[in-house]
Amino acid sequence: MNNTLEYMRENRLPHIWCPGCGNGTVIGALIRAIDALGLDTNKTVLVSGIGCSSRAPGYMKFDALHTTHGRALPFATGIKMANPELNVIVISGDGDAAAIGGNHLIHACRRNIDITMVIINNNVYGMTSGQYSPLTPTGRLATTAVYGNIDRTFDLPSLCGAAGATYVARASVYHVAQLKNYIQKGLENKGFSMIEAVSICPTYFGRRNKLGDAPAMFNWIKENSTMYKQGVMEYDKQIVIGEFVNKKDPEYTKSYTELIEKLGGNK
Amino acid sequence: MSEEKVLFLQGNEACVLGALRAGMRFFAGYPITPSSEIAEISSIELPKVGGRFIQMEDEIASMAAVIGASMTGVKAMTATSGPGFSLKQENIGFACMAEVPVVVVSIMRMGPSTGLPTSPAQGDLMQARWGTHGDHPAICLIPSSVKEMYEFTIRAFNLSEKYRTPVILMTDEVIAHMREGVKLQENYEIIERKRPAPGAFNYQPFLDIDGDGVPPMAPYGEGYKFHVTGLSHDENGFATNSPEKNEKLLKRLKYKVDKDAEEIATYSEYLMEDAEYVLVALGSVSRTAQNVARQLRANGVKAGLFTPKTLWPFPEAALKRHLSAAKLVIVPELNLGQLVLEVERIVKGSCEVKLIAKASGELFKTDELYNQVAGVIGE
Amino acid sequence: MAERTEFRLSGSGGQGIITAGIVLAEAAILEGKNAIQTQSYGPEARGGASKAEVVISLGEIDYPKATVPNYLLCLTSEAFRLFGADAPEETVVIVDAFVDTEGSSRKVISVPIIQTAQSDFKPIVANVIALGFLVAYSEIVTQEAAETALLRRIPKGTEELNKKALAAGFALAKTAG
Repeated sequence: MNNTLEYMRENRLPHIWCPGCGNGTVIGALIRAIDALGLDTNKTVLVSGIGCSSRAPGYMKFDALHTTHGRALPFATGIKMANPELNVIVISGDGDAAAIGGNHLIHACRRNIDITMVIINNNVYGMTSGQYSPLTPTGRLATTAVYGNIDRTFDLPSLCGAAGATYVARASVYHVAQLKNYIQKGLENKGFSMIEAVSICPTYFGRRNKLGDAPAMFNWIKENSTMYKQGVMEYDKQIVIGEFVNKKDPEYTKSYTELIEKLGGNK
Repeated sequence: MSEEKVLFLQGNEACVLGALRAGMRFFAGYPITPSSEIAEISSIELPKVGGRFIQMEDEIASMAAVIGASMTGVKAMTATSGPGFSLKQENIGFACMAEVPVVVVSIMRMGPSTGLPTSPAQGDLMQARWGTHGDHPAICLIPSSVKEMYEFTIRAFNLSEKYRTPVILMTDEVIAHMREGVKLQENYEIIERKRPAPGAFNYQPFLDIDGDGVPPMAPYGEGYKFHVTGLSHDENGFATNSPEKNEKLLKRLKYKVDKDAEEIATYSEYLMEDAEYVLVALGSVSRTAQNVARQLRANGVKAGLFTPKTLWPFPEAALKRHLSAAKLVIVPELNLGQLVLEVERIVKGSCEVKLIAKASGELFKTDELYNQVAGVIGE
Repeated sequence: MAERTEFRLSGSGGQGIITAGIVLAEAAILEGKNAIQTQSYGPEARGGASKAEVVISLGEIDYPKATVPNYLLCLTSEAFRLFGADAPEETVVIVDAFVDTEGSSRKVISVPIIQTAQSDFKPIVANVIALGFLVAYSEIVTQEAAETALLRRIPKGTEELNKKALAAGFALAKTAG
């Protein structure tokens, strides 16, 4: 397909991202998923927080809300609750979603509210120049971990699955076909969907950790990825790709609509 | 027996009924004393009228959720108290910057920190003005009766819709929890936000096309496809580093409220004609002060009471007008001196200003305040 | 009627003191009077000392709390110790007959409220009997208004029990003189 540009705000280009950044690849996959499903672009809202990835909605032609750090999900929850007809998509990063926004993430999963969240995981805080995040592998270097990071990482799919999300998957900027398919399935799921897109930050993560340039980092993902069920998740050793959760549970706004109907509030 | 219908309501209950009358259809909140009744009653009433209630995971999230709901064109409210008001401040700033109408109720209790959760206090007056960082417009209404809880909640929605800005409804625990008879009017004016013309898809969400500082606001989901950000932005809603555009935006945000400040600012006066001793008090303290002013008059002292009903903008011109005969302005408040700062700024040395501070977590009793005021006058 | 009549109802959390205060105030509202009800709020409303105050007036009520209560009700010894023993001279102090006033020279009216609830009804309606007593003794509102207000604030299915308990309170006031 060649109509990706129809979804973009061309007049907003060039974008602010560094050469070799994975964000564009993830947006491409998201747009192809939206296009494949034929989502009504008038009824689709993009919500983001703060960080490099959170600038994505500014380049895309939808209603968009660029909110405060970590808070995209509760803003999105308000939008979806107030108008359940809207398709609500959240684009976030690893620091935004898993650190400052971690509490909101588990509660959105718990409610199983019909929001699709794409978390672009580049293992680092890029916008603020390379501090360690909850997804920075132990031992790696960052501007706030110059002696080596002693934190352990979250495993986002395990976290979201345990918290109650009904669709959970992981792909990477190398696995673009899977990434598009998983996002598409997330959008189709009537419930909370989390798709982790393992990405790269050559500028602040790759360079400091001597991982080479962008092509080298892509290659590393290619060579060290494995499908789910064949291994455990360790970001620094291997990237486990696949669908982790795909199930049906009551969706939050639908349950509330049923309550309104029961009380006669719809009349 | 009275001919008029009188409702017997608790302050927090009246707040919710006023909100529903104004058209509230969304409430997000988090449990906190002494405002929890507002969330509880909203959770009962909203689904009955097709509205929606959600108890969020924290105070920050509930502030975010009401802004999100308002972006879809729905009137939304949240309620809290000091600790939660502190947590909400960042997103209140977002609502100022992104110009999203929402109503935030904050029932003051003793602080700082957890303080005295069930005791009345008035220590958050400056937080309602400068709680969030940066220059921003502020509108804060302060009811001092159950009827005002109802009517000011309606006005809070009206002002937020008219000026596309968050409006704070703030009072103390006494007003929120007391029950009082309320006679309502038959009709209340209800204001809805300006919207762009249907189908005007080249809409610029932050362009002041009417010259009143308030751009029309489209709801999400109708094809306008507009971008909203907490970053400093241009008329199209996109981040800009242009110094001219940044300053233009901040000045417009200030102007849209400032230009109508005297119209927004309201107050009440009691025995103020020829008053030489002017009490300035708000919330529950204004009720004690009214009693004291009456007693003083009965004893031959020319005392009066000026009660700001909007704290921000402060009824500045009105207070000045009422000080022509004043020898002394006395400010009793349930904190260690906040309202008095604003009063001193306005009085600017034209007469003396005395503070009567109380920060014990109790309301001023009438005898207590009478004696203190009489003492100050006698000095 | 005086400019301002003040009631302070005290007891322990769970005795329904606050509900009694709400009903008393609402009865006054039904009669076209002004009334304000406030309450002590916090941990003590759930087990410790509990307090509700009602101010009734034909005129505007500014200060919402009781200053010098015309009537003080104490349903527990703890409440009497806190509010009753030092009550102003003008205050009519009404205590439950179980309340221990030993050691206090304060003149009180002792009424078998809890005893009546236990022997004739259920312990839970002691607050309603107390309300009936206060209404009939003070004559602040009519007994009809008190009953109407009461029926608005009680669970469905308990109307008869509550009406009888209220009437028992009225009857106790007749003999209290």
